[in-house]
Amino acid sequence: MNDNNIFELKQVEKSFNKGKESISIFEELNMNIKQGEFLAIMGPSGSGKTTLLNLLGGVDQPTGGEVWFDDARIDSLNEGQLAKWRANNIGFIFQFYNLMPMLNAARNVELPLLLTNLSGSERDKRVATALELVGLADRAKHMPSEMSGGQQQRVAIARAIVSDPKLLLCDEPTGDLDRKTADEILEMLQLLNREFGKTIVMVTHDPSAAKYATHTVHLDKGQFVPEEA
Amino acid sequence: MNDFYLIVKNLTRKKMRLVLTSFAIFIAFLIFGSVMALNNALNSGVEMSADNRLVVTNKINFTQPLPIAYVSKVKSVEGVKDVTYANWFGGYYQEPANQVITMAVDPDSYFDVYSELILEPGVKERWQKHRTGILVGERMAQAKNWKVGDRIPVSSNIFSQKSGGHTWEFDIDGIFKGQDKQTDTNYMVFHHKYFMETQAWGGDYVGWMIFTTTDSALNEQVAKVVDERFANSAAETETKTEKAFNKAFIEQIGNIGLIIFAVVFMAFFIILVVVGNTMVLAIRERTGEIAVLKTLGFSSKRIFNMVLAESCLLSFLGGVLGMLAATIIVKGASAELASFLPNLILGQSVWLQGLAYMLLFGLITGIIPAVSALRLNIITAFNRI
Repeated sequence: MNDNNIFELKQVEKSFNKGKESISIFEELNMNIKQGEFLAIMGPSGSGKTTLLNLLGGVDQPTGGEVWFDDARIDSLNEGQLAKWRANNIGFIFQFYNLMPMLNAARNVELPLLLTNLSGSERDKRVATALELVGLADRAKHMPSEMSGGQQQRVAIARAIVSDPKLLLCDEPTGDLDRKTADEILEMLQLLNREFGKTIVMVTHDPSAAKYATHTVHLDKGQFVPEEA
Repeated sequence: MNDFYLIVKNLTRKKMRLVLTSFAIFIAFLIFGSVMALNNALNSGVEMSADNRLVVTNKINFTQPLPIAYVSKVKSVEGVKDVTYANWFGGYYQEPANQVITMAVDPDSYFDVYSELILEPGVKERWQKHRTGILVGERMAQAKNWKVGDRIPVSSNIFSQKSGGHTWEFDIDGIFKGQDKQTDTNYMVFHHKYFMETQAWGGDYVGWMIFTTTDSALNEQVAKVVDERFANSAAETETKTEKAFNKAFIEQIGNIGLIIFAVVFMAFFIILVVVGNTMVLAIRERTGEIAVLKTLGFSSKRIFNMVLAESCLLSFLGGVLGMLAATIIVKGASAELASFLPNLILGQSVWLQGLAYMLLFGLITGIIPAVSALRLNIITAFNRI
């Protein structure tokens, strides 16, 4: 694996069964993601964007080929090993924020840290830093229901970065937000990429969102297609 | 924050549901605690029976008398240690509703056979010489506020005096205690000889005999010899261990164990279905959240344990409150029912059983949602929400 690549997909195949019929999503898909890259994956509905993100995040496994992350194959890991791998390496940001409604902002951010051996005080410090970074230090005790969509997404970003993962995977992170708030969120992701060197892979159908990325790829019918001139 | 914090937060997120489901469990354990305490009270005589003590009754039934001459014949059987005898009196104090368990016994041998009853030094000797004296059990003395030296009228709803009337007057010569709290001391005993001399149908008979063996291993053999000795006589006998005798006596009411089991089982089964269904729905509502936790890196096993722990916590919450309420009710009732059910106590053993059932209840109601959470596929869950 190239030293500069964080992710490498080799001849990846993915299909699923619908009744007796086997539907193929990817056939011999190859892809490299470089360390420190902010990659936007665009494409129409059904093109395989989210499936690709799931493969990168280790929440789904390919039916063929190899998925390499930092010199380790992850497509052969079992469910428990993948969970541990996700906790150590990946931060997830979802379209609908997916915060726990019964936990306040700080406790939501702290969730990934429960999978570490950090002490309570160390966890509190990290939570405070993450909330500070997303500009929500004063909302630590607020419940998700007491926050706007943009604020909730910022809490979700804080949750994604609190354990300092190597890679952030964002699934339509601005899909549920108005333009102004969406821009704020995208600027924040850009900041994380530029200032903190986070590798980010973002799935989006919004060309304005893709402009914040350093690199954009287009996916259609399971294949990367060249950008139209 | 830790996993327990998450479990508590999940459990308390819908207050009304928590109140209703824990109330259902509360009711189940309230019934369980109260009924088990009642069962134990009814069976306390059986449990407290000495291993080497046997009861000889008339084979027809225990209300039929036995000739007093049998006593010395039983005593001569090899393996028999001490023999005594007694007669039911059917006593009440002042009015028939105020029942007091009273027996006419042999003052010379009764306390040898019932060695768990304790008298202060000199009391037995004083009583043996005092024909109209009576010894009162500590619990009864406390309930009636009687003390040594009191003269009490005790009436019988079965027997009458030769001189007419149903009331005998006794002087309290002493108060006997039990060697432990569970020993029944809610009765009193007076001279059998005095009873026979004064009652209208007096004669040389006893209600039943009680004897101890030199070794409980000999019980069966000695019982057989005793019954064979009186076979084909006018009053054939039936000899049983005290435990078996007390059990048979209690079961005249019906199969208490079966009744208790049916009541507790029905209560538990219905509430189990209700709570189990509620838990399934509660976890189903959280499909998305469980998928998020798994995505963040929480292992399926950890989530399985958290769901099961939540269910157990709910069970313990309702269960402990139910058992506490049962303890209070039983304590209140025991004061009122002291004369009928002297050992009505919700003791440690019922609590331990209750705690074990709470755990079992929690595991049963939690297992289906926990397995669902364990098996939940992240992709499927996200597609569903």
